Amino acid sequence: MEPTSPPTSTRLDPWLESYAARTRGLTASQVRALFAVASRPEVVSLAGGMPFVSALPLDAVAETVARLIRERGAVALQYGSGQGDVRLREQILDVMAPVGVTAHPDDIVVTAGSQMALDLVVRVFCDPGDVVLVEAPTYVTALGVFSSYQCEVVHVPMDEEGLRPDALREAVAAARAAGKKVKLVYTIPSFHNPAGVTQGPARRTEVLEVVQSAGLLLLEDDPYGLLGFDGTVPRAIRADDSEGVIYLGTFSKTIAAGLRVGWAVAPHGVREKLVLANETATLCPSNLTQMTISDYLATQPWFDQVKVFREVYRERRDALLESLEALMPAGTRWTVPAGGFYSWVTLPEGLDATAMLPRAVAALVAYVPGTGFYADGQGRESLRLSYCYPEPDRIREGVRRLAGVIESELEVVETFGSPRARADRPGPSAPYTDLA
Amino acid sequence: MQHKGLRRMSTANQGRVVVLAGGLSPERDVSMRSGRRVADALRAAGVDVDVLDVDAHLLAGLSGDRPACVVPLLHGAPGEDGAIRDVLVALGLPFVGSGPSACREAFDKPIASSLVAAAGVAVPGSMALPHATFRELGAAAVLDAVVDRLGLPLMVKPTRGGSSLGATVVRSAADLPAAMVAAYAYNDIALIESFVAGVEVAVSVVDDADGPRALPVVEVAPDGGFYDYGARYTAGATEFFTPARLSDDVLAACAATAVTVHRELRLRDWSRSDLIVDASGTPWFLEVNVAPGMTETSTYPQAVLAAGLDLGVLTASLVHQAMSRG
Repeated sequence: MEPTSPPTSTRLDPWLESYAARTRGLTASQVRALFAVASRPEVVSLAGGMPFVSALPLDAVAETVARLIRERGAVALQYGSGQGDVRLREQILDVMAPVGVTAHPDDIVVTAGSQMALDLVVRVFCDPGDVVLVEAPTYVTALGVFSSYQCEVVHVPMDEEGLRPDALREAVAAARAAGKKVKLVYTIPSFHNPAGVTQGPARRTEVLEVVQSAGLLLLEDDPYGLLGFDGTVPRAIRADDSEGVIYLGTFSKTIAAGLRVGWAVAPHGVREKLVLANETATLCPSNLTQMTISDYLATQPWFDQVKVFREVYRERRDALLESLEALMPAGTRWTVPAGGFYSWVTLPEGLDATAMLPRAVAALVAYVPGTGFYADGQGRESLRLSYCYPEPDRIREGVRRLAGVIESELEVVETFGSPRARADRPGPSAPYTDLA
Repeated sequence: MQHKGLRRMSTANQGRVVVLAGGLSPERDVSMRSGRRVADALRAAGVDVDVLDVDAHLLAGLSGDRPACVVPLLHGAPGEDGAIRDVLVALGLPFVGSGPSACREAFDKPIASSLVAAAGVAVPGSMALPHATFRELGAAAVLDAVVDRLGLPLMVKPTRGGSSLGATVVRSAADLPAAMVAAYAYNDIALIESFVAGVEVAVSVVDDADGPRALPVVEVAPDGGFYDYGARYTAGATEFFTPARLSDDVLAACAATAVTVHRELRLRDWSRSDLIVDASGTPWFLEVNVAPGMTETSTYPQAVLAAGLDLGVLTASLVHQAMSRG
């Protein structure tokens, strides 16, 4: 040993005292560490919601981009409008026609994916401590946005048709009775992420009535609306209220996530603020990717391509459901998505999806534990399975591995005295009572 | 300050060095960061370095363009359990770090504990129990026996693996079943130890031409009291003191313990022992790492820095040593 010198202290981050309060709690996590393994090709990842962009006509996309640069490069590579390219905004009206949204191109703000639009809306409306009402469970990265603006997230129970209006009414009343300011109701009505459920027309009307009667703003996130497997396109809530609903759309699931083009449709006053916020955040959305989308929409049979995506995802959904039906241990339940990317699985009683994840990754299968979709620690008994990216055979293999993992975990949990798994047959959770 | 025994090796014409990082263990992400950091340090020291993952392409990569030396920085199995090192031996490739059989013993916490205990190192009372034992004998009865023998609080962790993954401090018998489930998610055998309260320290060992010697003792003081995964890899979540806030005698005892562990387990080149120093100043052995973490928040690089050494120069010297060893 060297002669001892006085101890020096370090926390290995000289800026520790400078971070904003909202960054507290951003810590390294075991779950993230395990996801690093899930990226390996040996692992069947039923975790991430990556669209299957390989189904795109990539040659046509390449030609579109090449022609764009060749013929209009000076515009495509330049700054653009903070509200977004006007031609694209006009085309977005056509894209929204199937979900029933009508608007003026000036009502649309183009953003870097609808995630950016979500961020802008919360930035514009929410002060620290404001309440945002969300489904239980809800989109994990929406929770990240709400957290970064220090909102208080209140989860509202769902049933087999999604957000429950009665529970929403109660949640609004409870928050207000507690002296809290409720700012937004955030919902994903079609092919919900992560729950895989869809609000029917009557449910949408009920939800809208509750929101309207409470004088609240509804934030409708609709990334999957065109991806119904039977060709049905649910009518957006925004189609029935242009003043009380902000609608978020995206090309990430219908064209290409990597282009990062989404949009918000908002009432006039809101839209003005969103444009200013957009300019503050990014100056403008990318001209190059907007023009790529615009040319693609103008020159390619884009809706036929949506039908291709539907068929790809329907086949994968079927592979997932058939495998779940065949292989899952008793007591496991799951939702049957009619579109979109996800099924929500509830494990046999006593199992904890977060605690089970290391065993799953060791068995070379990955999922997202349910706790990630809650701001309050709920969801330990649940997990999200994504079927959008792996080929059907890989999905079947992934479910086979997962079933083995659940069996092993059940053995351990049963050994240590947790409640035994229910003896009921495995199967789709119908009637689906409550996701909370 | 340049430590005695550490010579700045000529890196010219040393040949290509491959750092192995990644793998499929739950510590993949940590390993990738360790590997990148050491590779950067080696490059800064003038060494030609590639970082390779452990996958189906690895052997072709090692055989086709044979490196002069390999630096395995794989955390968890198969990097630290000797398996990859067995393959390197079979390929005739020199590598930095301990040999396969030493790794097998060091990586298995109960085996390592029993070996160092035989050399007089204090180790917590412990039991290593597979899940089957609880299933066959009845969990409640076995857990009662565990608590009767070891008392409370307890530390429960997988017998193999690091970064505190699957580790839980158990303060009440009612919490023991959940801790067992958490440990078994990582490994089929769980180690249940008497919890030793005290100052947690990490003692890094460098083993070169002058033999093994301890670097300055690093004390870890996590904000939450438990040096778990978040505390280990979130900058700011743990305060480190170097050297540890202990008397010179106790620091010397920690250093001697780490060197004893290194010797008794027949380790080579580098290791890091994690110890707890109790109120009486006794260092208790918890575990040893044959591929010490080298991330931005890891203790080995802090100890290297505190010793006045350069991580790249040190690693280059160990590369040279491994090549000489053949």
